[in-house]
Amino acid sequence: MAMLEVTELGISFGGLRAVDELSIRIEKGGLVGLIGPNGAGKTTVFNMLTGVYRPTDGGIRLDGENLVGRRPHEICKMGVARTFQNIRLFHNLTVLDNVKTGLHNQVTYSLAESLLHVGSYRSKEKQMDERALDILRVFDLDGLADYKAANLPYGRQRKLEIARALATDPKLLLLDEPAAGMNPNETAELMETIGLVRQKFGVTILLIEHDMKLVSGICEYLYVLNFGRLLAEGTPDTVLKNPEVVTAYLGE
Amino acid sequence: MTFLNHLISGISLGSVYAIIALGYTMVYGIAKMLNFAHGDVIMVGAYMSFCATNYLGLPAIGGVAVAVVVCTALGIVIERLAYKPLRQAPALAVLITAIGVSYLLQNAALLIWGSNSKNFTSVVSGKPLQLFGGALPVSRVTVVTVAACIVIMVGLTLFTGKTKMGTAMRAVSEDKGAAQLMGINVNTTISVTFAIGSGLAAIAGVLLCSAYPLLVPTTGSLPGIKAFTAAVFGGIGSIPGAFLGGILLGVIEIFARAYISSELSDAIVFAVLIIVLLVKPDGLLGKRVSEKV
Repeated sequence: MAMLEVTELGISFGGLRAVDELSIRIEKGGLVGLIGPNGAGKTTVFNMLTGVYRPTDGGIRLDGENLVGRRPHEICKMGVARTFQNIRLFHNLTVLDNVKTGLHNQVTYSLAESLLHVGSYRSKEKQMDERALDILRVFDLDGLADYKAANLPYGRQRKLEIARALATDPKLLLLDEPAAGMNPNETAELMETIGLVRQKFGVTILLIEHDMKLVSGICEYLYVLNFGRLLAEGTPDTVLKNPEVVTAYLGE
Repeated sequence: MTFLNHLISGISLGSVYAIIALGYTMVYGIAKMLNFAHGDVIMVGAYMSFCATNYLGLPAIGGVAVAVVVCTALGIVIERLAYKPLRQAPALAVLITAIGVSYLLQNAALLIWGSNSKNFTSVVSGKPLQLFGGALPVSRVTVVTVAACIVIMVGLTLFTGKTKMGTAMRAVSEDKGAAQLMGINVNTTISVTFAIGSGLAAIAGVLLCSAYPLLVPTTGSLPGIKAFTAAVFGGIGSIPGAFLGGILLGVIEIFARAYISSELSDAIVFAVLIIVLLVKPDGLLGKRVSEKV
């Protein structure tokens, strides 16, 4: 059984069919790309996978469990985490606190304990701090833990978003255009980071990307969307040579 | 000495405003809405304490506890029934609903307790403390009010800054959508915010009526509006801002009443607000939000 099974997924906004009959299978440990021209519906797929949108038809199963109709925070608890195309960090929170929001469901103590500052509150908070710092260390961000997220340079904000998503302890990590706005050096570094993340955290990754160098460099399998429909799928070598895919990207 | 006397009563009144303003500012900061019914929760809190001590014969501290529990529950219920269904609605719809809830609470109180004023017995008894060999008497209510305000302010600052629920609140305040996707239950977080704000309103109600003992169904509305002013004055959304705004507003009001005119004191309070906002539109401690173009 595949870890993520998307079957004949579809969504309509009024009369607009944004995604139609999309089926995706990702095995545990896979690193899969979702590509396609602007407006193809890639981010809409992510929004359905994370519960932001409710699909009109089709099914989504993670390790056999149904995700359709669940709320975003429930889906997050079940093991799906994501980053955003336009970075959506909590800009006024510190780097450390950003990661700690991801740990929200990992550590539990009661509201009464935290209001009265008693019980296991202190040790649990300390435990959260340590766990957050461990994650930041992987991204070489631990030295910046007390900085406001807004004050980090762009490339590091992207890394922090991945760190925050990993803090939720996901099985499946969704990366929405992680290389957007990066220069070739930063992209190369990002490719390394993604490889490292996969290895260290044992997550399965589905990523949306326009940078073909990144896609062909790290993805094992690709799905190509065009106008909400699946245009092609396969290994990067075969897909990127597919004349239909080339036409969709470059026009006739 | 009279100057010091006025200053102390100003700080005392200001502390009550500050406690109310903290509730306003937290709800605004996290749910991004102005809960105009907040002032009426104060009144409900005062009536609850009044009933618990006068009809059930509970001691003063029991009255306060009843008020806090009832108002906390009331805050959660109001949010669930009146505001939660409007989470996606325009801000104006939520604002009007809040005004509706305010009138509902006032008229429900009118129906239950009637329009005659109740005489609230102070929850703090005992003779005034005599400072400077009796030259400066300070009532015990004043001491308790100021202390409560400081404890609440410090407690809230630690809570929002150093606990996981507090971190979740700050995350929800910045970006509800992203917070949800990090596994934070936004509805629970907003409920907790209303619960805390309303619990504080109950304490404020009891302290307000302990200092000014006439209790009527509209008792909460003017202090509510003034506390809202205090929150804006200090920078809405900011906890230290609400504290500072509340204290300053109380002091200005008492000084205006003592040295200028007791009829004009409210007008002077609001005139000061207008001037401050003209000079510093984000309030004293508010953050300047510049629109990106």
